[in-house]
Amino acid sequence: MRVSATERTLNYAILIGFSLIVLTPVLSILAAAFGPANASAAREGAFHPGNFATAWVEGRFGQYMGTSVLVAVIVVSLSVLLSILSGYAFGTMRFRGEQSLFYLFLLGIMVPSEAIIVPLFFDLRTFGLTDTVWAVALPQVAQSVAFGTYWMRAYFKSVNPSIMDAARVDGASKGRILFSILVPMGRPAITTMVVLMFMWTWNEFLIPLVMSPSGEFRTAPLGLAFFQGQYTQGTALLAAAAVMVALPVVVLYFLMQRHFIKGMLEGAVKE
Amino acid sequence: MRALPRASSGHGAPGRHTARQGRAITPYLFIAPAFIIYAAFMLYPLARAVHLSLYDWDGLSLATFVGTGNYTDILSDTRLRAAFGHAGAFIFFYAVLPCGIGLVLAAVLTRAKARGLALFRTLVFLPQVIAMVVVSVAFKQIYAPDGLLNSVLRSIGLDSLTRAWLGDYVFSLPAVGLIGSWVSTGLVTVLLLAGMARIPTELFEAARLDGAGAVREFLYIIVPSVRAELTVALTLTIVASLKTFDLIYMTTSGGPGSSTTVPSYEVYRRAFETGQVGSAAAIGVTLTIIIFLVTLAVNRISERGA
Repeated sequence: MRVSATERTLNYAILIGFSLIVLTPVLSILAAAFGPANASAAREGAFHPGNFATAWVEGRFGQYMGTSVLVAVIVVSLSVLLSILSGYAFGTMRFRGEQSLFYLFLLGIMVPSEAIIVPLFFDLRTFGLTDTVWAVALPQVAQSVAFGTYWMRAYFKSVNPSIMDAARVDGASKGRILFSILVPMGRPAITTMVVLMFMWTWNEFLIPLVMSPSGEFRTAPLGLAFFQGQYTQGTALLAAAAVMVALPVVVLYFLMQRHFIKGMLEGAVKE
Repeated sequence: MRALPRASSGHGAPGRHTARQGRAITPYLFIAPAFIIYAAFMLYPLARAVHLSLYDWDGLSLATFVGTGNYTDILSDTRLRAAFGHAGAFIFFYAVLPCGIGLVLAAVLTRAKARGLALFRTLVFLPQVIAMVVVSVAFKQIYAPDGLLNSVLRSIGLDSLTRAWLGDYVFSLPAVGLIGSWVSTGLVTVLLLAGMARIPTELFEAARLDGAGAVREFLYIIVPSVRAELTVALTLTIVASLKTFDLIYMTTSGGPGSSTTVPSYEVYRRAFETGQVGSAAAIGVTLTIIIFLVTLAVNRISERGA
């Protein structure tokens, strides 16, 4: 297609203009994070990487990041394993109640945390389970497993059945076919799922807010929310903290942006 | 967790170990671990939410049965009515506006086949991966009385427009809504770009030969071709708009007054701050039903149109 010079200029103007709209908040928070924290710091210069260390210590982000990593490891590893198992059954086996069971899982993709958080809190409190890492992690496993089952079922359905038949003829069991052949083959689909589940878990706010009322299992986004409550004046430390909270997912995004975008396009029905 | 041993014992019932039946239970064994956690932490609480929503309960003392009272409150309680009204406004900011912008933007870029499109795609998608809490902190600084937005307005001589955007009864709702637009537009654009990339070039060439202009090309070729992507985009963004919680919690806490409160924030406030647990559950259930109906409606409409 031929495009006139004016149209081309206009196109680049739109590309750049739109990129600027996206980048302005990102750059402004980065600038604030490296800016002076107070008037006396301002006299010492314009560039203050020390804000990160101060925010890390004063906002107790070491502890919150640790909790976030713990929760993410539990949620992602458990969800991935369980989703592979259930997706395998839905994708490769015939059984009674298959359809209704699958729709039951699908329902979970649409149910918002807002609907389940109220009974979850009061019921788990009765059992004394609030303020444990499980109260924060397991509801998120349930959500991720709903998506993961749907996602892995699609992958297993796409596998050529002759591969499984050949393995079966060689005497491989169902479990061996899954872990020796299908899982290694399905690395792209599994990677996308891992990346998405990690992002959702790291960024989740409502569940950790409610399920750990004492703040003992406060994740990084919550740490930031409470830090905001304390530091209404100093924007530099707050901005530095915000950058630290966003960083793990943003770094992962730039490393794996193909997987991220593909995953969001094909299966991001959860959020 | 407590449901674990109880729920799984059903599968291993004694006396069912002949080879054929052993094979028949295999699929259930693969599904069981996922299903047990899913049932305990999703299905059961959902059923409990419906149950709780029929009671008046402060979370501590005895609950009283009120039937559908909590649901009729949604229509009569002005604060709740406002919350659901704001959810409607958020659909505009999160879904309708980004889809409009995304359609035009993606169409222009597809026509142009501009260089740097891949980089652009990576960049505009970035807001989707940044935690909403972080996005909120960034925009709070921009909207602050001495923030970037007011500085820009002052520098171009529009001092009269400056204000504390998030503290304003009229402007706080659109100010918060536009944060949602900022987050959604990239997702919608990337989705639509993917759809438009599949349109065969010959289709445009044929239309050009017939003398179609850019506008007719847009309406008769581009929009119908990306109907599926538009459906997904609308579903995702509408659902996101109805669930918006962290944004409100971080920026306005529903204020000033109740001018930016939304259903999800009311769930939190009522259940954990004002001791109206039954009402909170009813709002959560209503929200789920609305999300369900909207998803169904968007998909029906797009199927019928095809």
